[in-house]
Amino acid sequence: MNKSEKLADLRHFLAHYSLPPDRPAIPLGLPAADALLGGGLRRGAAHEVFANDWGASGFAACLAIQAAQSKPLFWIRPDYEALEYGALSATGLLELGGDPRNLFLLRAPNAADALSATADILACPHVGAVVLELCGAPRILDLVASRRLTLLAEESGVTLFVLREGAAPEPSAAVTRWQVKSLASDPHDDDWGSPRFHARLTRHRLGNLGDFTLQWDSEYGLFHQAAAHSGAVVSASADRPVEAPLRQRA
Amino acid sequence: MVVAGRANNALYVYALNKRAQQLGLHRGQPLANARAMIENLPVVPADEKADLTLLDAVADWCDRFTPLVSVDAPDGLLLDITGAAHLFGGEAAMLRHVRAKIAAQGFAIQAAIAGTSLCARALARYANGTIAASGEDRAAIAPLPIAALDCGEDKLRALKRAGLKTIAQVAERGRAELTARLGMNFLTRLHVMMGAEEKPLAPRRPLPDLSAAHRFAEPVTTQDVIGKSLHSLSVALAEALERQGQGLRLLEAVFFRADGKVQRIAIRTGAPLRDPDVMLRLLNQRLDALADPLDPGFGFDLIRLEARIAEETHPAEASFDADENARWQIAYLADRLSARFGEHRVQRFVPQDTHIPEAQSVAVPAQDRDFDGAWMRKRRENDPPLRPLRMLEKPEEIQFVAASVPDGPPARFQWRACSHDVVRAEGPERIALDWWREDPRKRLIPSSERLRRIKLKLLPDPVPPSRDYFRVETRAGMRFWVYRDGQHLHNDLAARWYLHGIFA
Repeated sequence: MNKSEKLADLRHFLAHYSLPPDRPAIPLGLPAADALLGGGLRRGAAHEVFANDWGASGFAACLAIQAAQSKPLFWIRPDYEALEYGALSATGLLELGGDPRNLFLLRAPNAADALSATADILACPHVGAVVLELCGAPRILDLVASRRLTLLAEESGVTLFVLREGAAPEPSAAVTRWQVKSLASDPHDDDWGSPRFHARLTRHRLGNLGDFTLQWDSEYGLFHQAAAHSGAVVSASADRPVEAPLRQRA
Repeated sequence: MVVAGRANNALYVYALNKRAQQLGLHRGQPLANARAMIENLPVVPADEKADLTLLDAVADWCDRFTPLVSVDAPDGLLLDITGAAHLFGGEAAMLRHVRAKIAAQGFAIQAAIAGTSLCARALARYANGTIAASGEDRAAIAPLPIAALDCGEDKLRALKRAGLKTIAQVAERGRAELTARLGMNFLTRLHVMMGAEEKPLAPRRPLPDLSAAHRFAEPVTTQDVIGKSLHSLSVALAEALERQGQGLRLLEAVFFRADGKVQRIAIRTGAPLRDPDVMLRLLNQRLDALADPLDPGFGFDLIRLEARIAEETHPAEASFDADENARWQIAYLADRLSARFGEHRVQRFVPQDTHIPEAQSVAVPAQDRDFDGAWMRKRRENDPPLRPLRMLEKPEEIQFVAASVPDGPPARFQWRACSHDVVRAEGPERIALDWWREDPRKRLIPSSERLRRIKLKLLPDPVPPSRDYFRVETRAGMRFWVYRDGQHLHNDLAARWYLHGIFA
């Protein structure tokens, strides 16, 4: 056992040392990822999802569906968000395997209110999961605010997903940080169109980092390993516009 | 000084002060006549809207005497004090109290108490200060002049011509005679004035189911006292609710300021509530979140808590069941959030039975629990999602659409200054409007387009508008929901494409 493996093991041990038994990790469904995360995403913690393109909100929604199960799912977004990025659709969530009856949407007037509402919701242990959607880098979301949300989440066992659009990573108290972009469908797949993501774990306080291609299974509410797509799609770069990171523009 | 109003395109005297009255002017007189009588008559134009607002404010203030206040425009208020007079020490004392309080605010007041609203109204205007003891309305109103009947110019003229001067004389005439000459309505009105049964007043606001009030001898201003009084009021209200086996769904706190201003703060709850601590916490949360905070000014002299809507509570809601408890906690959380941010900001979704994508689910306040419906999945088992996770509030037009085949999906397009190459597409899924609805067209066509088409008068009705939706995937791996507006098929216009949603 080399040094880094030992360290990772130790970190896992520490991560689970204080975990209450009624807080199982949230398995992603992808064995490689779950092994790296120590069984799955930590429940009762904050996880950050940074958007590289339009796919990230889908990724956050999938994680939240999985974390919430049959408990209420709160989605919080400031008002301007819907104009720029589109409103969350209940039918869309249903198609992903979520239950719209458990979905609560909070339209906050601004980022500060969104944060304080998040704190209120995190304090209620009967909530399943919370998605906080923020665009840009609101000054109010500093290390103190993120630490506060993390503590609240830890206390109640509610999992928080912070979806950041058009923002660069900055210091935070989140346990994991993901950089997500959508991935083209498998060219051999006739039933194309399932949500596929390329998710890079760029920060993990309790273990190593990783790089995954995932496909969401709406039926079972789990991720699968997405088959790597053939070179034909990627290599045709000559006639392809320079890939503008869409969401960075905001 | 007189106030001039406008009727039938002519100016007339709308109101006048005592001095003008002494000079022989009267209400309703043409302004030109008044000007001819008095040189340099000061005239102010009437502002009826402002008068009504003021009257409304006074009515709000009168809410402290009885919840049953109704406005008798343009210058009267009717208060139903049934069962309320004893709180002020009897009818005479109450009348004195009301007159003193209103006069203290600088109003000239005429008031009277009687068994029916019409009778009280006539007495207030023509026999200021009268209190008609119960059953003696007839005697009180009999000596008044016929003008007190307030029945319109022509009827008044008819009565005058018949030589009748007082209400007593009118009442002596035969029933048939009066009906024949003046109509049935007049007769009913006369009977009500004389004390017959009448329809109850239409209150300005619906009556609360229960309420608790604190009256202060000295106006209170400090936050501390207000907080304490809110606390004891919520305890009192909770007790009253408990006795009736009810819980409240809509709570209203009413603050009556000594200088006449009334502030109301309403709080809705998702589940019947009768816990005083929770009530107080919701109230405080709302008070903290107010954009313009509660301003005591010179102090409040009355604070009232009203259970505007109360519901039966079911015994199950007090159970120890874990699920039940969780549901209650979530409802309470939604209440708190609604109290802070406004109920329209905390939403849940309700399914609708329609194919129009933007109407398929409707966001309603989370506190409205009474909606329910079945959510129907669009995709079949193991299919990819057929509806996008995000929908643009208004579909955005996409430019430079190149379709590989006519009526086929776009091969490339530009949206928000980025161009996208489509590598896979599925469609079309044609979604037509609910043609059986009244004007479904409004729902589907983006408004700018609609306006343009109306301008150009290109609209060959009645073509049911439809949209051809395509699910597309771009080379970069993004999945969009785009549609072609069906209108071009019928108008020989170039096809217009819109992007409506974004898949995960």
